[in-house]
Amino acid sequence: MELRKDYFADVRKDGLNEIGQPRPRLDSPGHVTGQTAYFADRNFPGLLHLKMVRSPHHHARIRSIDTSEAEKHPGVVRVLTAKDVPHNVYTILILIQIGPEDETVLADGKVRWKGEAVVAVLAETERAAQEAAARVKVDYEVLPAVFDMDEALKPGAPIVNEYHGRNYYLYDSGECRKVRFGDVETGFGEADHILEQSYQSSPIEHAPTETTGCVVAPEGNDRFTCYTNTQAMFFTLDNTSIILQMPGSKLHFVGGTVGGGFGGKVDVIVEPIAILAAKLTGRPVSFIYSREEEMQISSPRAAEKVVIKDGVMKDGRIVARKVTGYTDAGAYSRHSPYGAQKGAAHYPGPYTIPNVWIDTYCVYTNRTPSSAMRGFGVTIGDFALEVQMDKLARLIGMDPLEFRFINAYRDGDMKAHRQPTEGAALIECMQEAARAANWPVAEKYMTMSSYRKGA
Amino acid sequence: MAKVPVQFTLNGSEKAEFIESGTTLLHALRDKIGDTSPKGGCHQGTCGACSVIIDGELKLCCLTLAETCNGADIRTTAGLAQGGVLHPLQRAFLDAFATQCGFCTPGMIMAAKVLLDRTPNPSREDVVEALSGNICRCTGYEPIIQAVLLAARANSQNAA
Amino acid sequence: MSLALQTFSTVKDANAALQVSGTLYLGGGTLVIRAANEGDVSVSNLIRVTEPSLSAISVSNGKARLGASVTMAAIARQPELAPLAPAARAVGGPAIRNMATVGGNLFAPAPYGDFAVALLALDASVATEDGETPMEAFLAGRDAGRAIVTAVEFSLPRAESFRFLKVSRVKPKGISVLSIAALLQRTADGTVTSARIALGCMADRPMRAKAAEKALLGHKLTAEEIAPALSAASDGIAPITDPIASAWYRGQVLPVHLGRLLLS
Ligand SMILES: Cc1cc2nc3c(=O)[nH]c(=O)nc-3n(C[C@H](O)[C@H](O)[C@H](O)COP(=O)(O)OP(=O)(O)OC[C@H]3O[C@@H](n4cnc5c(N)ncnc54)[C@H](O)[C@@H]3O)c2cc1C
Ligand code: FES
Ligand code: FES
Repeated sequence: MELRKDYFADVRKDGLNEIGQPRPRLDSPGHVTGQTAYFADRNFPGLLHLKMVRSPHHHARIRSIDTSEAEKHPGVVRVLTAKDVPHNVYTILILIQIGPEDETVLADGKVRWKGEAVVAVLAETERAAQEAAARVKVDYEVLPAVFDMDEALKPGAPIVNEYHGRNYYLYDSGECRKVRFGDVETGFGEADHILEQSYQSSPIEHAPTETTGCVVAPEGNDRFTCYTNTQAMFFTLDNTSIILQMPGSKLHFVGGTVGGGFGGKVDVIVEPIAILAAKLTGRPVSFIYSREEEMQISSPRAAEKVVIKDGVMKDGRIVARKVTGYTDAGAYSRHSPYGAQKGAAHYPGPYTIPNVWIDTYCVYTNRTPSSAMRGFGVTIGDFALEVQMDKLARLIGMDPLEFRFINAYRDGDMKAHRQPTEGAALIECMQEAARAANWPVAEKYMTMSSYRKGA
Repeated sequence: MAKVPVQFTLNGSEKAEFIESGTTLLHALRDKIGDTSPKGGCHQGTCGACSVIIDGELKLCCLTLAETCNGADIRTTAGLAQGGVLHPLQRAFLDAFATQCGFCTPGMIMAAKVLLDRTPNPSREDVVEALSGNICRCTGYEPIIQAVLLAARANSQNAA
Repeated sequence: MSLALQTFSTVKDANAALQVSGTLYLGGGTLVIRAANEGDVSVSNLIRVTEPSLSAISVSNGKARLGASVTMAAIARQPELAPLAPAARAVGGPAIRNMATVGGNLFAPAPYGDFAVALLALDASVATEDGETPMEAFLAGRDAGRAIVTAVEFSLPRAESFRFLKVSRVKPKGISVLSIAALLQRTADGTVTSARIALGCMADRPMRAKAAEKALLGHKLTAEEIAPALSAASDGIAPITDPIASAWYRGQVLPVHLGRLLLS
């Protein structure tokens, strides 16, 4: 590793002891000897296995559920439906007052995506649970479904989620998150060129090597220990406490090493139902996603659509940028209203532009609910922004890197969100990248500085 | 449910258990015998996290029925360190930063071990091929490949 | 009902037990146990046979006989079977190859069955207790047959007359977009005198590209002369669609890869 200390040398203290030094990872000795304890590396006598009966339809009304045959199946201990869950309708961000509650732990009257949990079967063995799950009879009336955000936002589209009553999230700011800075229309009027482009991404699954799951042990005295690979320990504990209407003091959550998460293990999905099952049966319960469930059921990164309209001058200055972002939440909110909001906070990217207009929508469709993943709300936006930057540079016949130097934000610039820029380092990153890649850049850009001294 | 006897050696020590017929070796090792170093990442044969060495050959214990292993010699990552001293592969995985979440690590080490047992001085291609049934979602593979090559070099220096 | 395994020492006894419904033969188990792990509850009894002949490889007088329990790894490391090594190595990763058997590969639905594609091109015969069946007829009837396959037998090709190609997206190991095996006899000047071409993933099981075979006869393996065979390659195909590729994509790239194999 090489540390380039010439950048920011005058604004940085240099007594670094750890940075730049190779240090052994504290957890590696456990990993290489196979001793690291993951949540599933525990075994409890009398452990029950939970298997979920899931919706085969994207959108359907549930006319009836018949669990009688499943209950009689050898090895089955208990079958759970919506009525067994104390507070069945929840939403995870309610902890920070982002409602309404819009998702069911077990489907009640309706399913809104293919794979939604409907009935939980608890049995002595995985095989018995699988066999019994196949014997649960659910009578569905299939409803029209919508899979595309543009379609979902059209008048007359099937309503995905009645708790919202419309196919987008209603923020306190209205139908979307908004940023207004300067006057984009005036900016477009002055521009030499205007470029409007639309960018789209598909959902992306995190595919951690260890699937989502938990093992719950009743401790007697009405207390439950939940061994879980959640990435959001207290978040999960507090939501479980709401869903099960059980004080947090009754819940003991034990985390530890997670076998890969990448943001895919922040939803509160397996723990509440497994703890409820342990409570109702008095037995330890394990609920671990199969690989297929991990790929098909766990939330992916949201599909996004980003429409960018830019006004640019021949000399390389971007004078106006209008961004409309759409985040496909799937059937339920989970973290997506926040993801869409992050987009609004991230556009127009690390560039200083005098006229900016941003709208970001969180849209509901009958797709698998999406949620967090590495930089959600930002990563896809960056992809769109940077492809757009390359296209703009090509449009005016300018080198793409020099074009970015011209527009790069620098300390003291006012951002569209009315925060003065502080601690910018884009210029220096690009200078180093140009050097590393041997990309020729005019000298005046190579002597620029993020904090404008002498620039 | 019919219980059947199984008997094999695990990392050199005799194991004898009654297990339900149809139980995978993965379940038998983890839930009956208590060796949780093989991991269940997919139960489909695709991730390699459950890789173990049976009679000198790399196998996936999620797809192996325990009762087909009677009399077998089974090796797992948990049995690799001798008297508290790490195996060169384990040492190299530490030194080359080849672990992140660690979930793939025991399987990777098993796959690498059968390679080095047969091919002490492997090429990079040999390593890539040997690890091709093992998925790592964290590291991007390069540190793991480097770790195996490092272990091979350490081995040949020791032998010299 | 849970899953239970019965072990027999002879094929004869196992064949009798296999007639019970819900019973399946267990080869290496890479597909059978995977299905059970994934929640397929249709099978409750598994049967295996420990008869040593099932694991035997014999090569004599230009003929090779592979017991049904012979694994892909065993084939790949057998020097006498070198022409088949690329096809055996095309199956799964190292651990899968140590488990996956010849017998199981004959039954593996597309996108699997890469080795069976090679066997089809070689015109192997498939042995059961009742006798031998040519590969093509065996594949056509494999869903109905319940008899244990004991071995496959074929004439060992000369290395230069046998070609195998598996196309996958992930390297070095990945599931097939398609696989192709070709057995070509040529005269000294390179003119094709006989051709057998087998395709994987172009139907639910390996199939022959008969129109392409015919179009090659009397031609040399040059870009111009193989063109008619490439156009004919898609004759009668019904490629599968799965997460690896759509039927359309597979159909589109088949002539491209067949061309590469023939010109290689
Ligand atoms: C991760 C992974 C990757 C794979 N990659 C590939 C690949 O790249 N290419 C490929 O071709 N395949 C692949 N496969 C599929 C499979 O491993 C192979 O097709 C293998 O050869 C199947 O053999 P088996 O012995 O494991 O079959 P089993 O699972 O034991 O059996 C499969 C079927 O064949 C029947 N059967 C097996 N042997 C006999 C017999 N002697 N007589 C009668 N019936 C029999 C069984 O009853 C069952 O219906 C892969 C599988 C996995 C899990
Ligand atoms: S758990 Fe066996 S290969 Fe993934
Ligand atoms: S270190 Fe996480 S899967 Fe490899």
